[in-house]
Amino acid sequence: MVDALLAVTDLRVEFPTRHGTLVAVDGVSLSIARGEVLGVVGESGAGKSLTGAAVIGLIDPPGRIGAGEVWLAGRRIDNLPAEGLRRIRGREIGAVFQDPLTSLDPLYTIGRQLTETMTTHLKLSSSTARQRALDLLGEVGIPAPKRRFDHYPHQFSGGMRQRVVIALALAANPKLIIADEPTTALDVSIQAQIIALMKRLCREHGTAVMLITHDMGVIAETADRVAVMYAGRIVEIGPVADVIHDPRHPYTQGLMGSIPSIVADRDELAQIEGAMPRLTAIPAGCAFHPRCPHAFDRCRRERPELMPAGATRAACWLVAA
Amino acid sequence: MATIAAPSRLARWWDGDIAWSFRHSPVAVVSAIVLALCLGAALFAPWVAPHNPFDLATLNLSDALTPPHGMEGAKPEYLLGTDDQGRDVLSAIMFGTRISLLVGALAVALSVAMGVSLGLASGYSGGRVDAFIMRAADVQLSFPAILIALLIDGVARAVLPRSAHSDLALFVLVLSIGVSNWPQYARTVRGSTLVEKNKEYVQAARVIGVRPAAIVFRHLLPNVLGPVLVLATINIATAIVLEATLSFLGVGVPPTRPSLGTLIRVGNDFLFSGEWWITIFPGAALVILVLAINLLGDWLRDALNPKLK
Amino acid sequence: MKTPAAGALPGAPLVELVDVARHFDVSPPWLNRMLEGKPRALLKAVDGVSLSIARGETLGLVGESGCGKSTVARLIVGLYRPTRGEIRYGGRRIDLDGARRPVRREMQMIFQDPYASLNPRWHVSDIVAEPLLAAPGEERLSGPAIAARVAELLEQVGLVRADGAKFPHQFSGGQRQRISIARALAGSPKFLVCDEPTSALDVSVQAQVLNLMRRLQRELGLTLLFISHNLAVVHHVADRVGVMYLGRIVEVAGTKALFADPQHPYTRMLLEAVPDLALTGKPRTAVAGEVPNPLEPPKGCAFHPRCPYANERCRVEVPLLKPVRRAGADAGEAACHAVEEGRLARSPTVRV
Repeated sequence: MVDALLAVTDLRVEFPTRHGTLVAVDGVSLSIARGEVLGVVGESGAGKSLTGAAVIGLIDPPGRIGAGEVWLAGRRIDNLPAEGLRRIRGREIGAVFQDPLTSLDPLYTIGRQLTETMTTHLKLSSSTARQRALDLLGEVGIPAPKRRFDHYPHQFSGGMRQRVVIALALAANPKLIIADEPTTALDVSIQAQIIALMKRLCREHGTAVMLITHDMGVIAETADRVAVMYAGRIVEIGPVADVIHDPRHPYTQGLMGSIPSIVADRDELAQIEGAMPRLTAIPAGCAFHPRCPHAFDRCRRERPELMPAGATRAACWLVAA
Repeated sequence: MATIAAPSRLARWWDGDIAWSFRHSPVAVVSAIVLALCLGAALFAPWVAPHNPFDLATLNLSDALTPPHGMEGAKPEYLLGTDDQGRDVLSAIMFGTRISLLVGALAVALSVAMGVSLGLASGYSGGRVDAFIMRAADVQLSFPAILIALLIDGVARAVLPRSAHSDLALFVLVLSIGVSNWPQYARTVRGSTLVEKNKEYVQAARVIGVRPAAIVFRHLLPNVLGPVLVLATINIATAIVLEATLSFLGVGVPPTRPSLGTLIRVGNDFLFSGEWWITIFPGAALVILVLAINLLGDWLRDALNPKLK
Repeated sequence: MKTPAAGALPGAPLVELVDVARHFDVSPPWLNRMLEGKPRALLKAVDGVSLSIARGETLGLVGESGCGKSTVARLIVGLYRPTRGEIRYGGRRIDLDGARRPVRREMQMIFQDPYASLNPRWHVSDIVAEPLLAAPGEERLSGPAIAARVAELLEQVGLVRADGAKFPHQFSGGQRQRISIARALAGSPKFLVCDEPTSALDVSVQAQVLNLMRRLQRELGLTLLFISHNLAVVHHVADRVGVMYLGRIVEVAGTKALFADPQHPYTRMLLEAVPDLALTGKPRTAVAGEVPNPLEPPKGCAFHPRCPYANERCRVEVPLLKPVRRAGADAGEAACHAVEEGRLARSPTVRV
């Protein structure tokens, strides 16, 4: 944890409703080193998007951070007032979201949106900002940047728009980028291009990335480490190759087994019975125990913390034995 | 451990979101109570009203122009006073509300039936049918509703034999108010139909081979009625006001069955000669009724809107 | 050419498309065209597709957005009328007016969106029974018989009888797809068109639904057209795979042959783009460009602007599907001049 760029400790995101308080993220702790890519993977409802939103301070009320701390480069950021958070967003943390249509303001040219970010956060003169913006557009692979500088978002295709969004995220030279399903809405071939682009740029700029997605393939291509989330908790975390090839948590094992492959020939895909529990009905003890083929008594009573398991850490009592 | 019986349907509904929202909205609860009182008074008027203002035999001309309770010269059996014919104002209001509500509800029913059918036809068929119906709606919407109502009323009077006027007046009134209001339903329903038509459950029905009429009535209709409910609730209030206006102008209900509007008109003549209660009380009753309906309609619209939760 | 009687020839394909096309007129309104001088715009969503599906087989159809695969699905089940070409089922043409009636019950469709494919106001039992209720009078079952069949179907897809009384919103996405499958199977169809049935589902739920579909296909002897943009899923379920690009089929072959030794440059590009979960660290050639605007497709071969093997002929002449020489059964066909001329290098993505 020393010298970690981002350190999240015991994060808890909750939603007060008239039925009681629903906990969507329950005691999540993770860290990202400078220049590292951490994948956060999980199925819908696991709480991964909320974790990213909590880090960047974009939880919509009535949701709120109920407990825990978020530290960025040695400074605590989760309890900053709105003005402080605003300054951090863009300057120190950039964001790439799923839908490029809604990430860009349709009423302004992309050149204007880029330079605005730079003049606001980096205090550059407009001519320097413009030159930097053109350089960035070239870096992200937009052909003829000078001409496209004055184009509006709707004049770009989906893949091009996502490149612009990445340029926008990198514009103020942030230390960390939160990418929430950046390639899910794109075609397969464009996905590959965008993944390659993000990898290259983040390596060149030394930017760390929190890559949130449900697509394990994208994680395999891009991430150094990966955290697997289930029902608001991290169930396994470790280097990508180990989590994929030698998962220790039964959920991760089931997940890996259920992904179809274009190489191997499998008669039946591994199947995890049941479905992820709703927020109103999270089981006591280990949240996965009703669906786990290896559950025993302790799993039903006590909630496991992350424990060392081979090269990874897994929240499972099987590992403790 | 004994299993707890599953809650009954009524209990579950009471616990549900809409009922909860109702219980926690003081405006909605008060409006509902007021509306229930008005409805009760109107429905049970023949039994609950202290007098029957339309039975000429029971009228006593010497009781004419009695002031309401609390003023000098008031008589205890006439709580809100009497008019120039000796009719009890309170009873007249109760019977008048009856007519007003009847006309309002029937007119809205007609608007809804016309508007929803035309909206569905327009949205589902598309093409020329859609264009024609929508242009008709546009044209009608450029006229104020009251003008349309007056127009229909005038045409009816010209067409029908004079002897039938009085009998059919209510029917013509319902027709004119109803027809003046269908475009808003048609437009809303058309919009919803266009959205639902492209959803996959409709395509699934087409693949299965369900006939278009069945698709429209069994699939589309239940799903487009949501906004219609809110519109209709608020529309009852506007229909009642429209009817009151028409009756005030003298082209509404016949004077033998006065509605609140008629009462207001009749009392208007006495307003400045000092017998203010003959027009003010029916006016207040109208305002209270319409306000209660409007507030309830507002609550319903917010309660049914999932985005506001 | 005389068409054979329905189901007469045992070797005949169950479903056949012959040069089917579907054009959409997306021209700006007449007034705009007059005043701004804009031309008519014709979207050729499907532009001459021929394919055949044998009885009991699963044909996968892959491609990226705008390639026309969903339109092909809708053409087959009759949601669209073809602009030209013939669609045959059991040897008989069904694209003509009224020709579809006798075979409608044999063909059903499963849709992508589990939230929009079930009427939110209907009980699940009514949803599943709809095909039974739509049957013409003399074939319709009695009320109790329908109820029994609905219960049977719900259990067949892994739900319980009591679920029939609930509404769709009380179920998860995966369960709703099961209900869709139950509805599709109600009339005992022989042919199912599945349009991205698992694309909206989580990976573990997808596995459940795919396993279910495979089991049902085996038990009921169904023929399947499986459409997806996910190559791994298609690899798992399909016997043969067709690859579409901008309204045309560019390659079709047996699954193993196609994935092991793709011939068409676009197929190769697609396979390269699939993320490498096995982490073999194999170097991959960069993929280039984007799908062009379908309103203004490139002349000649639609793929030529992005193709490393394009030459003059490719820019001018539209390639036709021609048989391919490749190892393995069902070597298939590819529409590529470079393949025909033997100009293609050995595929770097050949996987063992």
